[in-house]
Amino acid sequence: MSEHEYTPKSKAGKWFNDRLPLLTLGAHLTDYPTPKNLNYWWTFGGILTFCLITQIVTGIVLAMHYVAHADLAFASVEHIMRDVNYGWLIRYIHSNGASMFFLAVYIHIFRSLFYGSYKSPREVIWIIGLMIYLLMMAAAFMGYVLPWGQMSFWGATVITNLFSAIPLVGDSITTWLWGAYSVDNPTLNRFFSLHYLIPFLILGLVVLHIWALHVPGNNNPVGIDIKKPSKDTVPFHPYITIKDAFALLVFMIIFAGFVFFTPNVLGHSDNYIPANPLVTPAHIVPEWYLLPFYAILRSVPDKLGGVILMFSAIFILFVLPWLDTSKVRSAVFRPIYRQFFWILVIDVLMLGYVGAMPAEGIYLVLARVGTIYYFLHFIVVMPVVGYLEKTDPIPMSISEPVLTGGAEPSLARKVNDKV
Amino acid sequence: MIKSNIKLVVLSFLLLISFRPLQSAEMVDPIKVDWSFKGLTGTFDRASLQRGFQVYKEVCASCHSMQYLSYRNLGEPGGPEFSEQEVKAIAASFEIEDGPDSQGEMFTRPGKPSDKFKSPYPNIQAATAANGGAYPPDMSVLVKARKGGANYIYSVLVGYEDPPPGVTLDDGVYYNKYMAGNKIKMPNNLMDGLVEYADGTESTVDQMARDVTTFLAWAAEPELEERHKTGVKVIIYLVLLTILVYLSMKKIWSRVDTEV
Repeated sequence: MSEHEYTPKSKAGKWFNDRLPLLTLGAHLTDYPTPKNLNYWWTFGGILTFCLITQIVTGIVLAMHYVAHADLAFASVEHIMRDVNYGWLIRYIHSNGASMFFLAVYIHIFRSLFYGSYKSPREVIWIIGLMIYLLMMAAAFMGYVLPWGQMSFWGATVITNLFSAIPLVGDSITTWLWGAYSVDNPTLNRFFSLHYLIPFLILGLVVLHIWALHVPGNNNPVGIDIKKPSKDTVPFHPYITIKDAFALLVFMIIFAGFVFFTPNVLGHSDNYIPANPLVTPAHIVPEWYLLPFYAILRSVPDKLGGVILMFSAIFILFVLPWLDTSKVRSAVFRPIYRQFFWILVIDVLMLGYVGAMPAEGIYLVLARVGTIYYFLHFIVVMPVVGYLEKTDPIPMSISEPVLTGGAEPSLARKVNDKV
Repeated sequence: MIKSNIKLVVLSFLLLISFRPLQSAEMVDPIKVDWSFKGLTGTFDRASLQRGFQVYKEVCASCHSMQYLSYRNLGEPGGPEFSEQEVKAIAASFEIEDGPDSQGEMFTRPGKPSDKFKSPYPNIQAATAANGGAYPPDMSVLVKARKGGANYIYSVLVGYEDPPPGVTLDDGVYYNKYMAGNKIKMPNNLMDGLVEYADGTESTVDQMARDVTTFLAWAAEPELEERHKTGVKVIIYLVLLTILVYLSMKKIWSRVDTEV
């Protein structure tokens, strides 16, 4: 794991490090050679770590006051908001924190898509990242159910009902998930239990994600392999730590803006109405970060088809490293793919928007067009463009961005791979 | 290049969300009121909160509960800020059921500041039955539970009209310009001079609607003033720290030939 030997200076340190090399790990994390040309899109890894820790810490405190019972949950949330010292602050950080977490993770994912960070040799980092993303969605969905408002209840009903689309055993599975014959107290109880569990699973995967990252090292905006350590790299500390700290602070200012000045704008007002199984809200919508998938789900007239398509939309990302046929990582040198990348960004934003609208008329048309394009992008555009595209010349190293025309990208990589 | 692409994405997204469906003819956007509690440093108008409480107590409370509020909240900072004596007197004016006592009997006693607001009905079913089949919603978080918030609540309170020709209403149903579907089971309870304000303010329908909406906005977000105040401090602190960290970053990275 470490490129260099590390010997603690003190005797006690040496004694401990021989038995558990934590100090070696610390030295590795400090010295970790990082490409010096990382831009601010690369600061979201640190920001996401901050988001996870924030959610865990605020969540643990909330769990001290929250009551996971269908008759008491809504009241216990109001108790937190009114009677617990700074309960409103902790809850608003937690609820807005979920949104900020997703905002950061989407930027992180699209960063990876733009700069080809999912490509060899980083496929495992990418796949672990997607598993984290899946768990995040599960955790966020269950968390949204806990206040037991109208949107909690009906969101839970809609999502759990998706499983009833499974042929033959669908209804049995749904009943098993509910622990009852409808979304009820047992459902709330198990969602709370899982909501508390999942963040720690995420934490474990984050450790693996970073571990897997430290094997090949960071990708970079130029997308080429670099010699480590070299004049193309800087030690992680203090160079990257201070840059991450700066970006994190900017992120925290935006975060604080939401928490203190408009804490409910990202939520749905119906969730301040206690859950009522007898009254269905006019429009059942998930939280904003799940909307693109909700749009895909509703774009298919058949329930099972919609469910399959929705899950495919996520699982197709797992094979992305093998769908992309281009040898060049960074879209900076891929003039055609670059255009398609931005079309995909617009497509996903559009899907998110129509996901919030009623599934009818023009919105349904847009959802269908958006869904088709989403899949076309991965199944057709990525393999074909990667194959046909004439890429721009790639520099041989970060420090020498100039290269005389018509570079053969594989050449640059070969040279560096030997090091 | 990336920047111009981002601009393109933002622009096309704005274009997309500006593309709204035609509002159905009878739905009207709520009236926009310039509330004192709006904005980054917004605070509640203390006198309006006290008047609003009076409207709530004398008008709304006969049907609507506010079960998550306690009488002590009325004296807490950031709210109506009644004096301790006033809060005690307000609480004591309600008969609260307590118990069981050592004999196992329930009993009533005068309210204390620590008691929750007394509900007009024992349960939702009783409230529904007594109001023609429409449950008067609990008002503790009503402002947060309605799209449009305070503007919407205020608009509904002043939005009663005679139904337009061709619209027939059942018994116990009223026409309201701002209510979704325009039909509301709550009668128009506000009329000029209905309450006699202790501070001598003229109790017009508009005044009462404003005051009681302000009171409900506070009830839904009693932390609002503290939130705004803390938020300003937090942002100032973060901005200063960001500047210091930025300068440190520049200094550290000056050792490398790369821009940050």
